[in-house]
Amino acid sequence: MSLMKILSVSSSAVMAESQRLNVVASNLANADSVAGPDGQPYKARQVVFQTQTGVPAGQAGVRVSNLVEDQTPAKRDYDPTHPLADAEGYVTQSNVNVVEEMVNMMSASRSYQNNVEVMNTAQQLMVKTLQLGQ
Amino acid sequence: MTAPQNIDMLNQILSTLQFQSQALTLRSARQTVLASNIANTDTPGYKARDFALPEALAKATGLPTRSLQPLPAGTGQDALTMSTTSLSAARASAATTVPAARLQVSDARHLPGKAGAQLYASNERLQYRRPDQASMDGNTVELDRERANFADNALHYEAALRFINGSVRTNLSAIKGE
Repeated sequence: MSLMKILSVSSSAVMAESQRLNVVASNLANADSVAGPDGQPYKARQVVFQTQTGVPAGQAGVRVSNLVEDQTPAKRDYDPTHPLADAEGYVTQSNVNVVEEMVNMMSASRSYQNNVEVMNTAQQLMVKTLQLGQ
Repeated sequence: MTAPQNIDMLNQILSTLQFQSQALTLRSARQTVLASNIANTDTPGYKARDFALPEALAKATGLPTRSLQPLPAGTGQDALTMSTTSLSAARASAATTVPAARLQVSDARHLPGKAGAQLYASNERLQYRRPDQASMDGNTVELDRERANFADNALHYEAALRFINGSVRTNLSAIKGE
């Protein structure tokens, strides 16, 4: 029954949006960090969505195809007394844009809710269909 | 009763059931298409799909879409056909979907190719949604329109379920002789 497909389509979207929320959480947590475990400043990460391939159009879900690092140049503060200041006295901050991440979070949570509603509606319709004739 | 009369009576009893079950199949196929649109709201470059369900239903059942029962021949059939044509013309002018492009061939021996994706339940081709607003990443899914369509389709699906149930119960009580 084609309603069963809706569960796999919407669950793929829910998983993709939750991955996106995870990345937003990681970015926001590291918004102020100046060095990671490798000594480099933190670069914001973004997920890249892609429609599922190999599935007929109209039944295609979504998947996270890639996790890319944001290449915007980071802000550099002049602070020679900082222990992580480089030779010229600059400290490189992370390039996380907090406002963008909050907008991302709102969009991801809205999409998450919408897809959960789609799954609920499809499940209710399927239950009613199973009770046909009774 | 003679055998042809039995078959006519059976056809009449089953006609509502057949029409509504075909409507149910198409509605569940459209539900999947709309769910796929909603799932891909954030995918860059994704084009929203849909198909015109009344036309698909009329093609699948061979009946004008506004009637639930086939009309007996000669009783205002022309008026019904005319109103159906003008209704579908009005619907087409306000259509939000654009049919997929067809491949033009220069020679009769060239393969015509498939225009657009085929719908799961029928030979109907999926069309593209015409967006109201442009978007920077090429995504044409508008969430408010998709959600409204999804809710509307779910309602029609449930209505078809109710009609089938009612028709089944009527037929059962007629068979039992209550």
